[in-house]
Amino acid sequence: MITAGIDVGAKTIKVVIVKDNKIVARSINPTGFEPLETAEKTLNEAAKQAGISRQDIKKIYATGAGRKNIPFADHNVTEVTADAKGTNYLRPSVRTIVDIGAEEARGISCDPSGKVLDFSKNDKCAAGAGAFVESMSRALEVTVPQMIEFSHKSTKDAPINATCAVFAESEVVSLIHSKIEKADIAHAVHDAIASRVSSMVRRIPIEKDVALIGGVANNTAIVEAMKKHLGVDVVVPENPDFVSALGAALLAAA
Amino acid sequence: MTTVTKYKTTPLKCWQKGKELRLEAYRDLATGHEQGKLMVLGCAATPYGMLAGLGDFVFLAGEPYGASVAADPPVSIPAMETYEARGYARDMCGYMRNFLGTMFQDKYYFTGGPFPKFDFAWSVRHCPAGHPKWHQIVSEYQGIPMNYIDDETMLATDGEQQSRIDYVAGQYLDSIEWMEKITKRKYDDEKGIEAMRNYFINEGLWGEINLLNGAIPAPLDIKSMFALMPISMLRRHEKVAIEFLTELRDELKERIANQIAAVPTERYRMCMLTPPPWSFLKVFRYLENYGVVFVGTYVYLINSGEVKFLYDKGTVVPAIPPEKRPGWKTMKNREDLCRTVAQWRAEHPFQSHLETRKKEYVIMFKHWKANAYLLLINRGCVPMTTSMYDFQRDLNKQGIPTSMFEGNFADCRDIDETGVLDRLETFLEGQGIQKIQD
Repeated sequence: MITAGIDVGAKTIKVVIVKDNKIVARSINPTGFEPLETAEKTLNEAAKQAGISRQDIKKIYATGAGRKNIPFADHNVTEVTADAKGTNYLRPSVRTIVDIGAEEARGISCDPSGKVLDFSKNDKCAAGAGAFVESMSRALEVTVPQMIEFSHKSTKDAPINATCAVFAESEVVSLIHSKIEKADIAHAVHDAIASRVSSMVRRIPIEKDVALIGGVANNTAIVEAMKKHLGVDVVVPENPDFVSALGAALLAAA
Repeated sequence: MTTVTKYKTTPLKCWQKGKELRLEAYRDLATGHEQGKLMVLGCAATPYGMLAGLGDFVFLAGEPYGASVAADPPVSIPAMETYEARGYARDMCGYMRNFLGTMFQDKYYFTGGPFPKFDFAWSVRHCPAGHPKWHQIVSEYQGIPMNYIDDETMLATDGEQQSRIDYVAGQYLDSIEWMEKITKRKYDDEKGIEAMRNYFINEGLWGEINLLNGAIPAPLDIKSMFALMPISMLRRHEKVAIEFLTELRDELKERIANQIAAVPTERYRMCMLTPPPWSFLKVFRYLENYGVVFVGTYVYLINSGEVKFLYDKGTVVPAIPPEKRPGWKTMKNREDLCRTVAQWRAEHPFQSHLETRKKEYVIMFKHWKANAYLLLINRGCVPMTTSMYDFQRDLNKQGIPTSMFEGNFADCRDIDETGVLDRLETFLEGQGIQKIQD
């Protein structure tokens, strides 16, 4: 059976196609202002990559912030459920999942079958999410990859105390004016995000193994900072930004 | 999508009567002086039946008024902006901000006419986060006298109970003298006692009505409960409220006997600890699409209502009026009245210690046969948010599922409706509850 999962995220739309419980295609595009069109385009790209037609896909499940706006999906599931399913497929030993996306972060506790036991999410605040990293990279006048590279070269801790993205940005500006090295500021930004996300995740039981997924999991500086703040090793599954879409595709096949 | 068996449902027979009684109370607040009644301001928890000793009166409880304004964003937002423009902080009590905003605008919400002018403010301290300050602002703005009863006994230990009652009863006696002086009216003890007897009976009736929602299917949904609550909240001292609440209670018993549900698709029961976000009551109707019925909220079980918790048995029963309780005196004079009110309030679950409350939350969860608690981190009310994470941890430890969201019960600008719905949908999905097919 061929199924597809579409993750309609705030910044990107991801599609995963699964055939007989195996991943056969992945595709990603910026969400833009026409998420429905982007979802169609991303799905078609993934189908082409898999060498199948749209008609071959028996079921489509949508997830993500815009999941309810995909009329061609057969059903929609929340990111939490999709994350747990997708992670369980990739890393069955994981019991705690940290998903950091562009606008939202969440912590999920799950059982060995991938069933959600508990979850926590951030409220009305992007300070613990990917959009914040991008915003801070603009303040530092570097690209995100450069910021990650700088962060790994940091030798000193610089303080960013604010839990609000707006105030944190003004703190970054102050640090720039204080002639603090870009590397140390970049490190401080990642550290601040990890601190905020970790405190939110601690609202649920943190049981090993811990996985970091979502687009931000591609940021190695965040991964290091999360390990430090959670006090445990953190595994990053392959293609961490596709885990939600994968979970949706697997749920569609169930 | 999924399908579920439906219960039968019918509208409440006494609904229209309840609606009229509620509107009558709000209209009275606009025309109290024209009717020759005293106009008094205070907290909803005030034993305002005592005012009857001065003659006919209208009591404006600030909290339900603030909630009514908050439920109407096109009115609430300009009101709060008016309040904020005068330099008052945005993190104060949400009810207070709506109330003061409409006062500064000189617009009474229920008529659109001028805001009521009070004769005086008289209240129990109720909420330490700002309610005394609230009435002080009104007192200064309208140039009216105010008097407060300091009976915030919640944090005192049991060993101090008797001295607390003496202290509070003395204040009630003093405040009656104070009221006589400022109104130049003689206090009629009999009338005060009679109205407080009604008040106690109505509290017990409202508590009992809340308890009846332990039946499956629930006979009353929370949104309807909120709509009828102003009768117990604002007219507790009146016989007409006793008649209505008795009728409502009996109708609910009849619905239970005939398995008539408030929500025909009921299959998952939730309860709350606090008031809801008033501008977002549609959340309860929305969740009915999932077969979720909200069976009650702890705060309104014990605020304008009274029940008796039997901690050793882990159960709860309807409260009986104080004079009928073993060891309590019949009220014969002013001293008896003041002492009875002081003792009644000291022993009322409204005054429970936070640790006792944890037990009460579990008892109510079991009584209501609920599946989960919905908890609100309320930016509009500090006391009702205090210890919320502690409560959540405690409930979870006892195997009670909870879903928590952040918002504001009286400021629509401070709640992310989409985010809350998403959070609830995620929670329900984890509980195996999907949207129901129509």
